[in-house]
Amino acid sequence: MDIIRRLRERKASIGSTIYKSLLTLLLLMLVVVIVFPIVITVTHSFMSPSELKIELAPILGAQSDEENADSLVKMLSEGEYVRLHWVPFQVTLNAYYDILLRQPQFLFLFWNSMKMTIPIVAGQLIVSLLAGYAFSQLRFRLREPLFFAYIVVMLMPFQVTLVPNYIMANWMGLINSEWSIILPGIFSAFGVFLMRQFMQAVPYSYVEAARMDGAGHFTIMLTIVLPMCRSGMAALAVLAFIDNWNMVEQPLIFLKDAMKQPLSVYLSYINEADIGIAFTASVLYMLPAILLMLYAEKELVEGVQLSGIKG
Amino acid sequence: MFLGKIGNLRRWVVRMIRSDGTHAAIFLIPSLVGVTIFFFLPFGIGFYYSLVDTPIDGKFVGIRNYVDLLGNNSFRRAIWNTFLFTVLCVPMNMLLSLLLASLLNGRVFGQRWFRIAFLSPLVIPVASIVLIWQIFFDLNGILNNWMNAWGVASKDWMEGGSALYIAIMIYVWKNVGYNMLLFLAGLQNIPIDHYEAARIDGAGRWRQWRSITLVYLTPTTFFVFIMSIINSFKVFRETYMLAGPYPHPSLYMLQHFMNNMFQQLDYQKMTSAAFMMATVIVMLVMILFMVERRFSRWL
Repeated sequence: MDIIRRLRERKASIGSTIYKSLLTLLLLMLVVVIVFPIVITVTHSFMSPSELKIELAPILGAQSDEENADSLVKMLSEGEYVRLHWVPFQVTLNAYYDILLRQPQFLFLFWNSMKMTIPIVAGQLIVSLLAGYAFSQLRFRLREPLFFAYIVVMLMPFQVTLVPNYIMANWMGLINSEWSIILPGIFSAFGVFLMRQFMQAVPYSYVEAARMDGAGHFTIMLTIVLPMCRSGMAALAVLAFIDNWNMVEQPLIFLKDAMKQPLSVYLSYINEADIGIAFTASVLYMLPAILLMLYAEKELVEGVQLSGIKG
Repeated sequence: MFLGKIGNLRRWVVRMIRSDGTHAAIFLIPSLVGVTIFFFLPFGIGFYYSLVDTPIDGKFVGIRNYVDLLGNNSFRRAIWNTFLFTVLCVPMNMLLSLLLASLLNGRVFGQRWFRIAFLSPLVIPVASIVLIWQIFFDLNGILNNWMNAWGVASKDWMEGGSALYIAIMIYVWKNVGYNMLLFLAGLQNIPIDHYEAARIDGAGRWRQWRSITLVYLTPTTFFVFIMSIINSFKVFRETYMLAGPYPHPSLYMLQHFMNNMFQQLDYQKMTSAAFMMATVIVMLVMILFMVERRFSRWL
């Protein structure tokens, strides 16, 4: 009897080991599929412009023809497909050197992006913290309908309020100023929604107890609710950063001046014009977002998870 | 008597100041002012534009803009495509992310790194990744190269019915990690003893999944659903960069329509379309709330 039981257990453990290895394998395969575009971007950032031109000639086609009548490029591009190589023939930091030291405009636009994204994130955190507290911890008459309105605003695509927004910005004299981007960004309904979700997780009894002890709402928010929602704040900061770091439509419409555009806009044009540095610019551009994610991954996960608990 | 009245008044004022309503107003004012200026008010202005014939000193024309719009072929196409896209990609994304979350739930080797890897598409800037998609789906791109090796004739993937599926794929690629994370959180919040109790009662795996997992995941699912819809509108950026303002008809979304109307300065059509879209969204959220309320009472 004992032997049989032991055998059975052993069989089960072998089964679970096989299952676990298969699962890991499956997950690894999925990771490869998901990460593949990112890996390609990174490896291509170390290639020389001529290597990139030869590799991508089939899709650059006509453009490279008029730009440079490189016979080699032309020869290789006739009826050919892109043959991707994962690893550069020759690793070079030339493109990095080019972008960082010889093209001041890149760093300039990078700074433009920062100048818009950081105030948005900071402002959004403060405004959302306050409003989230009201929606989660205070009882007032219009709470439900107002929150409903916020959700509706949150769901609206950007295009819905585009024209009136433009008219408002024009009326306030904000066109061609960073503020036409920053201000609407700060008052994001999504931030309020997210903070409200996080704060719902704070038990009301905590707030009530503090009220009994005579603490004001502002004190309660700063000393009780805020520390409990730290991960939520971090999650919102990361999500807001990513969202606004990526904006393309708003700057294109609200900023007339090419020198005021953020990097994201520049990057969407560079792809065609200057393939030699496009990948490198991409890598440098995604670096802040990736570093932020790695740095705040735990908070992001915790925060995202917290927000999902109470739908 | 007079003193008594003053006392009453003072007590009333103190009560007003200490009431939640007053505090709520103070806490809400910054956000409310901003949202009003940048969303509610523009929205009202937009509604007004949708009812007149020209933005400046326009004549009131009632619902004529709406009637015109409904007769417009490209608008009808845009509505249908947006609907189709949302209906296809949102459930698909939810199912896939739930599956991923179930796989990752429990003790999995290197769970943290898998999580980061699945989440990474979210932080990659759109502009950078569009280049890769171009290389991949172009007529002379990698995909056709592979397909040729399998004996399939090459085609332009962005110019054909496949364009919609590519957009769906990009959407799923980008958002599956975020939703997976939400589901993972939901799964980890289910008390384990529930499963044990169910097992003792003789419930099979499927039954356990249906009666415990699914029920406990309901609030998470609502949240995921809302987020999925928001993010489905955002795929426009990728498709726009990939295929330009006039993509293959199967990919022509409401956002393309509105964008093009904006470029053509046709504000009436644009604001009417915007208002119609908003109405649909409001109805959707209302239904969602009703269903959720029903569900939470039922639990």
